[in-house]
Amino acid sequence: MQVPASFDYERAASVDHALSLLRRHGPEARLIAGGHSLIPMMKLRLAQPEVLIDINDLSDLSYIRIADNRLCIGAMTRHADLLASPLVAEHYPMLVEAEEVIADPIVRNRGSVGGSLCQADPSEDLSAAFAALGASFVVAGEAGRREVQGEDFHLGPYTTAVEADEMLVEVRIPLRPSMGSAYEKLERRAGDWAVAAAAAAIRLEDGVIAEAGIGLSAVNAAHFRSPQAERRLVGNPADQATLAEAASLAGADCNPSADQRGPVDYKRHLVSELTLRALVRAAASANRRI
Amino acid sequence: MQVQMTVNGQPVTAEIEARLLLVHFLRDQLGLTGTHWGCDTSNCGTCVVWLDRTPVKSCTIFAAMADGHEIHTVESLETDGKLDLVQEGFANLHGLQCGFCTPGMMMTARWLLDHNPSPTDAEIREAISGQLCRCTGYENIVRAIRWAAEQTENSGEFASPGAQEKGVSA
Repeated sequence: MQVPASFDYERAASVDHALSLLRRHGPEARLIAGGHSLIPMMKLRLAQPEVLIDINDLSDLSYIRIADNRLCIGAMTRHADLLASPLVAEHYPMLVEAEEVIADPIVRNRGSVGGSLCQADPSEDLSAAFAALGASFVVAGEAGRREVQGEDFHLGPYTTAVEADEMLVEVRIPLRPSMGSAYEKLERRAGDWAVAAAAAAIRLEDGVIAEAGIGLSAVNAAHFRSPQAERRLVGNPADQATLAEAASLAGADCNPSADQRGPVDYKRHLVSELTLRALVRAAASANRRI
Repeated sequence: MQVQMTVNGQPVTAEIEARLLLVHFLRDQLGLTGTHWGCDTSNCGTCVVWLDRTPVKSCTIFAAMADGHEIHTVESLETDGKLDLVQEGFANLHGLQCGFCTPGMMMTARWLLDHNPSPTDAEIREAISGQLCRCTGYENIVRAIRWAAEQTENSGEFASPGAQEKGVSA
């Protein structure tokens, strides 16, 4: 039986209340949203917060809407809600494809978008998808709210720009109606973490790629992105040769570890193949959206 | 700390430790041992209960987080001695052998049929994809859920008695 260490339980009634509880209890306090990352870590005593601040009552952080020409996703949005959102499906089908392979339906009922991002597991799917889409992250603290660009949000495995007395409140993705996007993931069994995953987003202008985003998960890519692959794409036509070269660059532009999911060369090959598949589908979608 | 919640329609007040998981609260403190405790890692799904009428894995929720909320366990499926059609389906079509995964499977199945009264086999398999069965190979579980859906269609009966009260619709 896995028993977490003892802690004091607090329940936040608002964002400001949660922030004041974080300040009062200091760095040994942790926010808990869906809990599907934190509770398993507490059971293994890899995490031993002295105080848990439950933010599940903050339903005002559960929304998906368009504002200022951006798709805005509240941090307490459950995975199941992101998966079911017609707005998300219309603008960024990649996010729906990523959600379909995150854990299982029951876990998605409870797990939250913000919780997944703040856990910042190196194999997390949405981090790669949001990286490819150029998302930014709104972080609330005592001094107000600040918007952190994607590159600056993920600082490394299990580490984000969110300080101990702050909380993530929203994810923002610029709306680009002509952008095509796709997500490809290989998992060993349904609901497992990725062996590798690739997210591709492409926007075409006059037959050439005007904007490209490549996100990679589970292969230790800096900030979950492949800038080399992106640079190869932009300014070139979305033909097979360009996509294949970019995909090949993505396979080199990461640092996978050998583990029980496979050796390094296999994972690099996998990254290239998944990136190519995602690129081909994203380009086809972009063509339809012009 | 003290918690208050509604479990299977009954108000419950209890003194608990904050680190007590919901599955242990239900089983050990309330004696509702229908909910099973399996992998303890949110993989196997035998601990599935409804939190505010949404299926969740009770091994990965602290009982404190259910304070003020509504819980339904497998014990709520049977009403006045009458089995839910999902329970009948599992019994009639051998949807279980050892029975360990069954409570979680049935809670998910009831939720599925309340929201999608005529699911395809693919939709049934997706719905239970976060739940493990080592006996049946899943075939008989899918048959049992499909049978319950067909009975519902044929009889004109819709949704579980509990769901009807609360106005759950498709």
